[in-house]
Amino acid sequence: MPEAQERIERHTLSVLVDNEPGVLARVIGLFSGRGYNIDSLTVSEVSAESHLSRITIVTTGTPMVIEQIRNQLDRLVPVHRVQDLTVEGHYLERELAMVKVRGTGEARSEALRLAEAFRARVIDATRESFVFEITGKSDKIDQFAHLMEPLGLVEVARTGVVAISRGPTAL
Amino acid sequence: MTTATASAATATPTGTKMTGAEMVIKAFADQGVAHIFGYPGGAVLPIYDALFLQDQIEHILVRHEQAAVHAAEGYARSSGKVGVVLVTSGPGATNAVTGLADALMDSIPIVCISGQVATHLIGNDAFQECDTVGITRPCTKHNYLVRDVNDLARVLHEAFYVAQNGRPGPVVVDIPKDVQFATGTYVGRENIQHKTYRPKLEAEDAQINAAVEMIASAKKPIFYTGGGVINSGPEASRLLRAFARETGVPVTSTLMGLGAFPASDPQWLGMLGMHGTYEANLAMHDCDVMVCIGARFDDRITGRLDAFAPHSKKIHIDIDPSSINKNVKVDLPIVGDVARVLGAMSRAWAAKGLSTDKAALTAWWAQIDRWRSRQCLAYRASDTIIKPQYAIERLYNAVKDKDVYITTEVGQHQMWAAQFCHFEEPNRWLTSGGLGTMGYGLPAAIGAQKAHPGALVVDIAGEASIQMNMQEMSTAMQFDLPVKVFILNNKYMGMVRQWQELLHGGRYSHSYSEALPDFVKLADAFGGVGIRCDKPADLDAAIQEMISVKRPVIFDCIVDQQENCFPMIPSGRAHNEMILGDMAVDLDEAITDEGKMLV
Repeated sequence: MPEAQERIERHTLSVLVDNEPGVLARVIGLFSGRGYNIDSLTVSEVSAESHLSRITIVTTGTPMVIEQIRNQLDRLVPVHRVQDLTVEGHYLERELAMVKVRGTGEARSEALRLAEAFRARVIDATRESFVFEITGKSDKIDQFAHLMEPLGLVEVARTGVVAISRGPTAL
Repeated sequence: MTTATASAATATPTGTKMTGAEMVIKAFADQGVAHIFGYPGGAVLPIYDALFLQDQIEHILVRHEQAAVHAAEGYARSSGKVGVVLVTSGPGATNAVTGLADALMDSIPIVCISGQVATHLIGNDAFQECDTVGITRPCTKHNYLVRDVNDLARVLHEAFYVAQNGRPGPVVVDIPKDVQFATGTYVGRENIQHKTYRPKLEAEDAQINAAVEMIASAKKPIFYTGGGVINSGPEASRLLRAFARETGVPVTSTLMGLGAFPASDPQWLGMLGMHGTYEANLAMHDCDVMVCIGARFDDRITGRLDAFAPHSKKIHIDIDPSSINKNVKVDLPIVGDVARVLGAMSRAWAAKGLSTDKAALTAWWAQIDRWRSRQCLAYRASDTIIKPQYAIERLYNAVKDKDVYITTEVGQHQMWAAQFCHFEEPNRWLTSGGLGTMGYGLPAAIGAQKAHPGALVVDIAGEASIQMNMQEMSTAMQFDLPVKVFILNNKYMGMVRQWQELLHGGRYSHSYSEALPDFVKLADAFGGVGIRCDKPADLDAAIQEMISVKRPVIFDCIVDQQENCFPMIPSGRAHNEMILGDMAVDLDEAITDEGKMLV
């Protein structure tokens, strides 16, 4: 096989589905049944009146596997549209995280200074802890959590990636 | 009948009021269903009650739910209609799973109605409860759990639409018992349109033009056809024949596509793949333009992927975009219905005044004729013992001029049947290709016989496979379905034995058919007719007797125990590394360690 075929790529897919029972199980079952990777998956209803949900999946694989994933998703009956944002180019990706840090003294002040630099908000505070809310690309959150580790990182909750294309057109 | 319906159901301006169970029967009738295959149980009693009160739809009572699905598959595959199944909850549904998986792999349109425990009991581990939609999700094209009787009619019509449009497949509709009892509004099929599912049927002109140009420029073209041609309908077979004739391109087919192109045609190369012909496989290996029409580059077809048709440009026509570039990267993908694409290609070919390179094709055919002269299906005849190949040759010779449908189980006998039956028409050959389900053949024969009451239906079986759904003889007796079970009895699970000989040093672990029943007495016990034959000289007369009997027959044909099925591409090998029957090779060495990992 030529080298280009074997290269592992990371792609972000947007999937518009009918919000009906079992639709998420169908999508997840497809990934586990066929051995595809899921790096991140988010899902929520986006239109109550038309019962549509939007699933954002970050996956990795060779270009051939990524094409398969797209086509296999598209073939599921309740799926309206699949968009490979990575292929289609300009798009925005964001993730939200809540980061709990415990500490006192200099470590506590340092955590607060870093949070400010990362534009993280304090959404809960006690005398010995903070919960920060931070939004951004996944690597920014990774970096923030990494910096908090020596300052008393307790736990992190992340939403997973949501993504949308730039410009006026819709999925 | 009209008055009876009117009294049971009240017409309203928006639709007709009836119970969920009545809706099931009404939807079947509206969809033109004449026969259903099923087995009653607690959770489908209301539907069985509704069945009892009508005479439009005939119910065929099977003896096991797996057989209900296979029978529906045989019915669907031989008639082009949707096969319909009715089973109860729990074990009824789980028993149907093998059949559903089989139908998914072979793209057979099935609608399977399953009963479910009442909605308030779902999730409580109630008696005969199972998560039917959960269990069948990966082995159906789509499935539904209907919680509101007012959704039922829509879901039923959608199920028929999804099952037969696009790439066909099985659809399960799971109906809780309280929904079957509840009264709601029925809507007719004409008022139902699926929200999203619109398979792409027509290809773009640019693709069609590129495809015909590629074919015209080819020096060594080949048409590699599959089950998609048959699924697309009789028009697809007709267009394939016409286009092949027009272009002069050689045609081969997968196991699932046999009959789409007539085997008597000089352009026919025989089946390709693991047990395909020498000429078909070598032509695939050496071709420069391959047109894959409704097939999916399955591992039984391609052999070693990196050595598959290495010098070819590939065009792939398929209705399912996910079949394209799955195993083999193709140069020109065309998503669309086979008949429509072939029609467009024929028109473009004529409009552009194209022709194939005559000199190149003459040389190509000369090469193919040299491969043909290798006589790859030849076997050593015997006048003392019946060779399995001989048995099928004689059987086929006796039935070929009749209105005949042939089903098979899975194994050596299936491959020999594919090699030695020469189909002229589509929908005449019913076999389990993708899933490879032993026990498919007898119920499929029952389904085919129900769809074609006057036809001769023969299940070519092995003595091991037939025991997997043997009980269906009772179904055949009850419904006067005179199917013929032709057992090639070599007292082994032949294909398992062959692989053990090839790969495991001849250690025949558990592949000997111990304690076989006396098939003649067994036929008798069911009320059918048993025939046994073990001498080549008696075979023709015995086959004639089988054909002339108008009742179900079990024919116990005692054949050579040691015969192997050749040609064979050993797993992990390329098309041009096939083994022929008369080659003196150490078979163990023919397969690499990597190949041994493959199935």
